[in-house]
Amino acid sequence: MVQTIALWVVLPLLSIAVALPVIRLVRGPSLPDRVVALDVMGTIAIAIFATYALINRKPAFLDAALVVGLIGFIGTIAFAYYTERRI
Amino acid sequence: MISVIQEIVSAGLLIAGTFLLLVAAIGIVRMPDIFLRMSAASKASSLGAGCVLLAVAVSAADIAITVRAVAGVLFLFLTAPVASHMIGRAAYMIGVPLWKGMVIDELKGHYDTRRHTLSGIDGASRRAQRGTGPLGEVRDAGR
Repeated sequence: MVQTIALWVVLPLLSIAVALPVIRLVRGPSLPDRVVALDVMGTIAIAIFATYALINRKPAFLDAALVVGLIGFIGTIAFAYYTERRI
Repeated sequence: MISVIQEIVSAGLLIAGTFLLLVAAIGIVRMPDIFLRMSAASKASSLGAGCVLLAVAVSAADIAITVRAVAGVLFLFLTAPVASHMIGRAAYMIGVPLWKGMVIDELKGHYDTRRHTLSGIDGASRRAQRGTGPLGEVRDAGR
C-alpha cells in the first residue's frame, strides 16, 4: 500500500516541488536568492532519493541521499563565504 | 497487525513530508523577500525531508536502513539552520533589499561591514577594546 502511494502520489508531487524553485533560480534578483533556491532543491532531492529507495527496496539510494545533503551543505557554506567576503 | 500499523504510519509520514516540501517550494517562489523566503523554505523543507526519511525507516524496519535514515535526519536538522543562518547573514551584509512592507529593521547600523561583526555588543569588539586575544592573552600591549 505504501509503495503504491509513494509511486502514484508522492513522486509526482515531489517532481512538481523540485521544479518550482527553478523559477526562483532563474528570476532571483540577487545571488543569495539563487543559493537558497538551490538549497531547497537539494533537500527535495534527498526526499526523492528516499522515496525511490522505499519504492524499489534499494537501500543504496539512502547513501546517495546523504551524499547529496552533504554536498548541498558544503555548497551553501561556500557560497555564503564567497558572498560575504566579496565586498 | 504490526505490518498494517507500519504501512499506515509510513504512508502518513510520507504524505505529511510531501505536503511540507510542496509548501516550501511554493513559499520560495511566492514570498516577496529573501528573508521571508528563507523563513518559509528552511524550516518546512528540513521537516519535510525528515518526515520522508522517517517514513522510509518505518516502512523498512531493517536496522541498516533505519540507521541510515536516522543519520540523514540528524544531519539535516544539524546543518540546515547553520546553512540558512550563514546565507541570511551574508545577504544582510551585502545589502540585499528588504521587503518594502517591513516595519522595523533592528539591525540597521549595528553591523560593522568592514570587520563583519556586530559592532559594540559581541566578544570580538570587547576583546579588541581590552587588547586581549580570544584566550585572554595580552595582544599588542605596546600601543
